Amino acid sequence: MPTKTPPRAARAAFTIERGRLDNGLRVVILPDTASPVVAVAVYYDVGMRSEPEGRTGFAHLFEHLMFQGSANLGKTEHFTYVQGSGGVLNGSTHVDYTNYYEVLPSNATELALFLEADRMRSVALTQENLENQVAVVQNEIRVNVQNRPYGGFPWISMPPVLFDSFANSHDGYGSFVDLEAATLADAQQFFDRYYAPGNAVLAVAGDVDPAQVMTWVEEQFGDIPGRTLPKRPSFAEPGLTEERWGVVDDRLAPAPAVALAWRTPDPADLASYLPYYVLVEVLTDGDAARLQDRLLLRDRTATSVGGYLGVMGDPLDARDPTPLMVEVHHAPEVGVRTIVDAVDEELDRLATDGCDTDEVRRTVARMTARYLRDVDPVLGRATHAAVFEQQRDRAELLDDLPALLAQVTPDQVVAAAATLRRDNRAVLELRPGGAA
Amino acid sequence: MTAPTRTVPALGRPKPLKVPAVSDTTLDNGLRVLAVRRAGVPLVELRLRVPFGAPTGKAGPAHVAKASLLSDTLLMGTDRRDAGRLARDLQSLGGMLSVGADADRLGFGGSVLVSGLPAYLELLAELLTSAAFPKHEVVGERDRLVQELAIHRSTAGVVAREALLARMYGSHPYARDLPLAEDVEAVTPAALRSLHAKRVVPAGSVLTVVGDVAPAKATALVEKALRGWLSGGTPVEVPRAPEQQGRVPLLVHRPGSVQTTIRFGGAAPARTSPDYAATSLANLVFGGYFSSRWVANIREDKGYTYSPHSGLDHPSAGSRLVAGADVATHVTAPALLESLYELGRIATVPVAQEELDQARRYALGTLALTTASQAGLAGQVSQLAGSGLPLSWLREHAAALQKVTVEDVLEAGARWLAPTRLTPVLVGDTEVVADSLRALVDLELG
Repeated sequence: MPTKTPPRAARAAFTIERGRLDNGLRVVILPDTASPVVAVAVYYDVGMRSEPEGRTGFAHLFEHLMFQGSANLGKTEHFTYVQGSGGVLNGSTHVDYTNYYEVLPSNATELALFLEADRMRSVALTQENLENQVAVVQNEIRVNVQNRPYGGFPWISMPPVLFDSFANSHDGYGSFVDLEAATLADAQQFFDRYYAPGNAVLAVAGDVDPAQVMTWVEEQFGDIPGRTLPKRPSFAEPGLTEERWGVVDDRLAPAPAVALAWRTPDPADLASYLPYYVLVEVLTDGDAARLQDRLLLRDRTATSVGGYLGVMGDPLDARDPTPLMVEVHHAPEVGVRTIVDAVDEELDRLATDGCDTDEVRRTVARMTARYLRDVDPVLGRATHAAVFEQQRDRAELLDDLPALLAQVTPDQVVAAAATLRRDNRAVLELRPGGAA
Repeated sequence: MTAPTRTVPALGRPKPLKVPAVSDTTLDNGLRVLAVRRAGVPLVELRLRVPFGAPTGKAGPAHVAKASLLSDTLLMGTDRRDAGRLARDLQSLGGMLSVGADADRLGFGGSVLVSGLPAYLELLAELLTSAAFPKHEVVGERDRLVQELAIHRSTAGVVAREALLARMYGSHPYARDLPLAEDVEAVTPAALRSLHAKRVVPAGSVLTVVGDVAPAKATALVEKALRGWLSGGTPVEVPRAPEQQGRVPLLVHRPGSVQTTIRFGGAAPARTSPDYAATSLANLVFGGYFSSRWVANIREDKGYTYSPHSGLDHPSAGSRLVAGADVATHVTAPALLESLYELGRIATVPVAQEELDQARRYALGTLALTTASQAGLAGQVSQLAGSGLPLSWLREHAAALQKVTVEDVLEAGARWLAPTRLTPVLVGDTEVVADSLRALVDLELG
């Protein structure tokens, strides 16, 4: 048997330490003294899928509210402290989690832990701040969706075609009506339910002494009372048994586009899931990939081709159910059917004729390099470790991933391709309305 | 719920800025090679800058079109490998490589697994010396670029940027950085081969290599691979940008637009200018970071917008300031009013000492963040080299930031951020916003 392990050079080897407080907070520490900087990230195990009906966009709105004041801090103070210590910060809301993070000079580590603990302790909300942030979020939606060609395509417009349940299919940015209906009571309830220490993972990466960090974490987070955790519901729903075809009209877009989506296996089962990760890269990673080669170089029917796992394009941070997506932009004179048929043909060819070891090996080589590049900055390392720990109890996947990718075989990729059929996919056609 | 009041922890002792040593070698062919060891992950980051500014006058727009298509087709084949072979070989090395052109340069950016560095450099050498620009591929990319340009120009931000650059730079080459479709359609493969021969030259070019490899070894590998890059062409100097003066706001009609895209453009001091540190802090206090007055006012107080931002950038022909906010259509005039107020305030009223200190700490701290990864460090070394500055300039800049006073910020604000020094461009629905804007400013309609 040839060895499946990649050369030693293409691996990551980070020091990973972890701890857990009595209130349930999980802690992952990744010391690295290469630069005097630190990244602090807190992941809450709640995302767009958990927002209630009538409150679309609430998880994201709530993320904004977490910057508006907390137990000991007034509005804007969170920003002032982080930036005033030389750091940068942000937060983001995803289908399965919401994260908050800062990267700072390492002499601000204790301060950053205080700031995150303060808003985990309690969120301080006022009606004025709520209304202000509803307006800000509406402008975020205008700039990213309503005023932009292809805005929200396909991450907002595909889920209602591919999925049926409210949790999986609704617009996670939210309707303006729902956003305006949000109340302080909703926010407090959301906080109480989901922002408990036991529902969070804290990751600290960079120029720190792990023992010192654990002491600070105890001091800052230790007295936040533990709360009963919501049982994370299953969001499972049956897969498609016949093709679905949706249409979205985009008055700003000058040219058409089409997205295709299939369900993947549960990402919790890495052995079944990773072949789909390799598959989507075999199909779409650069000019050597099958769909680029077919649609861009040979047929010349497309203007761009992309593909990824996950509604929001992050392969390793979503739970089940989750899609493999292919997105193609094409010229108005090329019919959507031409594109879809070509994708089908390429999938059939892969499923029937197979692929050779070299194709998989070179695809994995670049996936590995790209992954290593992502985890080189302390922030990328902290965020990956946090989500791996939260969703898999496995911060060590940070180091293990390259070897696992290298174990994916051509046969597994071919078998995965064979499951992407015409009768179990969703197609979303974007019709342009703008002047070309 | 009442929580006990807790004290905000004090910052620990700041660590000095680490500026790594940069090995600086000029090869016989004129190529300058900057190499830095940064271990981290087993990768190497590369950035190559080739001076590529457009000529002044009628040839300018055609050059922009050629440069754009050249960067899109450079990876479409060499004397030895076709597009598919190049793409597969890059992938096998764990390599990424992208090529892009801007108003100053042709830029190559990428990374590769350490083990693949020698082969990656050989591939780069082929692109620099024997790019083929095969007819079939060039024609295909040309059509694709035309379609992509239509997509770019359907976004409000691109419309605003084009209008702003045209207004700021007039007949200077910087007036256009996105080609016109008709100019792209006129480009032939022969024109690309000729442009490549004349302008893709080692003299004046800078290659930055940062990663898990010793500088001496990296430089030797570069030398071995690229010493055959010989070309008689000489770099073209971009002429100095015209003096910037405030202009009447331009309103560009975008029917049905649910937001108005507001941009302000003006001149800014170069990094080497004595008032650069003060200006960068004045810009931060005004709108250069989240804790700024502009964000506090039009986002956190009034909710007019999502992400207002003001920044300085440093193209070779003259540094500039560009500030922008996308505001809801119905509050366009109030948002402009507040923006002019904040610009006027930074130009005429001294900042509070605490505001200055806060901005200073942010500026100093983020210097360390920008160099704390292989990619960040490579970008920083390469960008500074593009302005003729060494990485150690960061240390000088840190010292200069320490010395800036409230008076310095006021002076810099008056010189560079005063509303009368800036050129505003607004892209939105004229029918809805023009009348109320005219209550504040004269308008030119575009």
